[in-house]
Amino acid sequence: MAIVGSSATALGLRAPRMLTRGKAGKRVARLVAYVVVVAVFLLPLWSMVATALSSTQSQLGSMQLIPHGLTAGNLTTAWHFGIGRGLLNSVIMEVVGLTLQLTVSSLAAYALARKRFRGAALVTVAIMATMMMPDEVIAIPLYLIIGKIPQPFTGGTLLDSYGGLILPMVGWALPIYILTGFMKRIPMELEEAARVDGAGELRVFLRIILPLCRPALGTCAVFGFLMIWDQYLLPLLVVQTPSMDPLTVVVTSLQSSQELGDGVKLAAATILMVPSVLFYLGLQRYFERGVLSGSIKG
Amino acid sequence: MKATDSDTGIGRGAPARLAVQADGVAGARETGAAAPALARRVPRVPPPRRAWISRRAGRTVIPWLFLAPALVFFAVFRFWPTVWGVYLSLYKVRPYLGNQWVGFGNFTRAFHDPDLRSAAEHSLIDAAASVAGSIVIGFCLALLLEGPARHLRVLRTAVFVPVVVSMVAVAELWNSLLFPGKYGAINSLLGDIGLGPAPFLSSPHSALATVIGVQVWKSAPYDMLIFVAGLAGIDQTLYEAAAIDGAGAFHRLKYVTLPALRPITTIVLTLGIIRGLRVFTEIYVLTNGGPAGSTQTLVPFDYAQATTNNDVGYASAISVLLLTTTILLTLLVWRWRARKDDA
Repeated sequence: MAIVGSSATALGLRAPRMLTRGKAGKRVARLVAYVVVVAVFLLPLWSMVATALSSTQSQLGSMQLIPHGLTAGNLTTAWHFGIGRGLLNSVIMEVVGLTLQLTVSSLAAYALARKRFRGAALVTVAIMATMMMPDEVIAIPLYLIIGKIPQPFTGGTLLDSYGGLILPMVGWALPIYILTGFMKRIPMELEEAARVDGAGELRVFLRIILPLCRPALGTCAVFGFLMIWDQYLLPLLVVQTPSMDPLTVVVTSLQSSQELGDGVKLAAATILMVPSVLFYLGLQRYFERGVLSGSIKG
Repeated sequence: MKATDSDTGIGRGAPARLAVQADGVAGARETGAAAPALARRVPRVPPPRRAWISRRAGRTVIPWLFLAPALVFFAVFRFWPTVWGVYLSLYKVRPYLGNQWVGFGNFTRAFHDPDLRSAAEHSLIDAAASVAGSIVIGFCLALLLEGPARHLRVLRTAVFVPVVVSMVAVAELWNSLLFPGKYGAINSLLGDIGLGPAPFLSSPHSALATVIGVQVWKSAPYDMLIFVAGLAGIDQTLYEAAAIDGAGAFHRLKYVTLPALRPITTIVLTLGIIRGLRVFTEIYVLTNGGPAGSTQTLVPFDYAQATTNNDVGYASAISVLLLTTTILLTLLVWRWRARKDDA
C-alpha cells in the first residue's frame, strides 16, 4: 500500500500522500502561515530594537522597522539614566543568586534522590507545595519578613540590601524537582564503585553525581536565570535606594520620566531583553528539555 | 573527607558486595580491577578511630546535612512568610502603635469590599481568558510547527523568543506599539486595512482585553512547546490506521490527537491557573490598574493596599485568600482530571 510510510513526518493533520491532492497549494498555505506566525511573534521585538537604534523620534507612538539613521544615541542616554547601574545590580543578583540556587538545589536533590531516610516524603511534599505559592502571592508577608531579618555587621535588616534581593530567590522548588528526577535515573552501581574505591559522601556527590547532572543543571540554570532576571515586585518592595534597583525596575522608572521619549525607553527595554534572549539561544537545548521533562512528568 | 567516609557506613557494606561481585561475575578483568581496591579498603573496615558519631547515626544525619541549606531557605523565605501572613491577617497592623487584634475582621471586610470584588473578577476573567487563549493558540502553533525537520526547529525557536523576554520589556514594548493615537504602530497597521484607531489600553472597555492579548502573545509559545512534545509522543501508526479507516483530518484530530494530549492539558491548565492569579508586572507596567480600575487585578490591588494605603493587615488577608484560592484551584484541577481519566 502506498499509504504506509507515506507520512513518516506527519503529525496527523498532514494527510497521507495518497489522499493529498493539490500539494503545491498546501505548501504555499503552510509557507504563508509560517511567515504570519514569525511576523506576529518576532516583528514586535524587532521593531523595539529598530526603534531603540533610531535617531529621531518623529511622532509620538510611532515605531520603526528599519532603524532610522542607525545610532546608539538612545542607548547611551538610557545608560546615563541609570541603566548601567541597574544592569550591574541585575548581574550581581544573577551571579550570586544563581550560584546559591544551583548549589542549594543540587545538595537537596542529592539527598532526596539518592538517600532513603525517614521524612523524605514529607520534605518532598513541603518543597513541592511551594510551587503553589508563587512569589507574587506571598510578596507582602515576604517583604515584612525580610524587614525582620538582621543583616550581619551593619545592624540593619535585609531591607534595601543585596541580601534582601537575592536570598529569597535561592530556595526554589523547580530546580530541586528537575534535579531530583534526573539524579534518580543515575545507576547506583556508579556510586557504589566509587565508594568501593574509598570515596566519601561529598566526593561521590561532587565527582560522580554532579558531573553526570550537567544537562539537568543546564536546564536549571536557564530557568533560574530567567526567574532572577525577571524579578520585579519583590525589588519594588525591598529596595529603597534607587542605585540598588535591578534592571527591570530601572526600565520602568524611565517610563515615568516623560521627557526622555519612547526611543530611550525602548532602548532600555532592549538592554533588558538582550541578555535573556542570548542566554536562551545559548542554552536552548537545555531549555527545551526542561520545559518538556519538567512539565510533562509533573 | 576521611571522617565522612567512615561515617557513612559504606565501609562495612561495600567489601562484602565487592566480594559477591568478584565471585559472581568472575570476569578476569573485573576481578583484577577490584582486587587492589579491596586490598586498600580492607584494613579500614573496622574504622581505626571512632568518628564523632556512629555510622548508623551518620546514615540518618547525612541526608539532612545535604537538605539543611534548602530547608533553611524554604523555611525562612516561603513558610515563615506564609505563616506570618496568616497571623497578620488577623490584626490591624499599626506601625509604632502595636498591632490590634481584629479576628476575622479583615476577611469580613474583604468579602464586602467592592474594589476587591472587582479586582477578583478581573483576575478570574484574565486568568481564564489568557489560559484559554494561550492553550488554543499554543495548540495551533504546535500543529503547525511540530516535526523533526530543521526548518521547523528554527521556526519554533524563533516563535519561542517572547517567552524568555522579561515581562517588563514586553510590557514597555506593547505600551508603545499600542499607542492609542492614529500614529501608534498597531493603529497605523489597522488604518492601512481600513479600520479606525482603537483605544486599546486607554479605554476601560478594551483595556483588560488588550492586557489579555499581550499575555497570550507571551505565553502561547510556551504552551506550544509542551504540546509539541505531546504530539511527538503520539504513535504515528494511529494516524495511519485512522486514515485507512477513512477518518478525515478533523476526525483524526478529534479522536487521536486530542485524547492523547489529555494529560498534558492538565499540566498546561494547572500552570496556567497559577500563572493567571499571580499576574502583577504586566498590569502594573501597562495600566497600573486603570483606566478607571478596569484592569485592577488581585496582586496589584494587594500591593496597593500594603504600600499606598499602608494597611498591611488587610493586605495580608488578601494574600491569604489568594494563596488559598491558588491551592484550591490547583487541587480541583487535579481531582477533576483524575476523575475524568478514570472514567
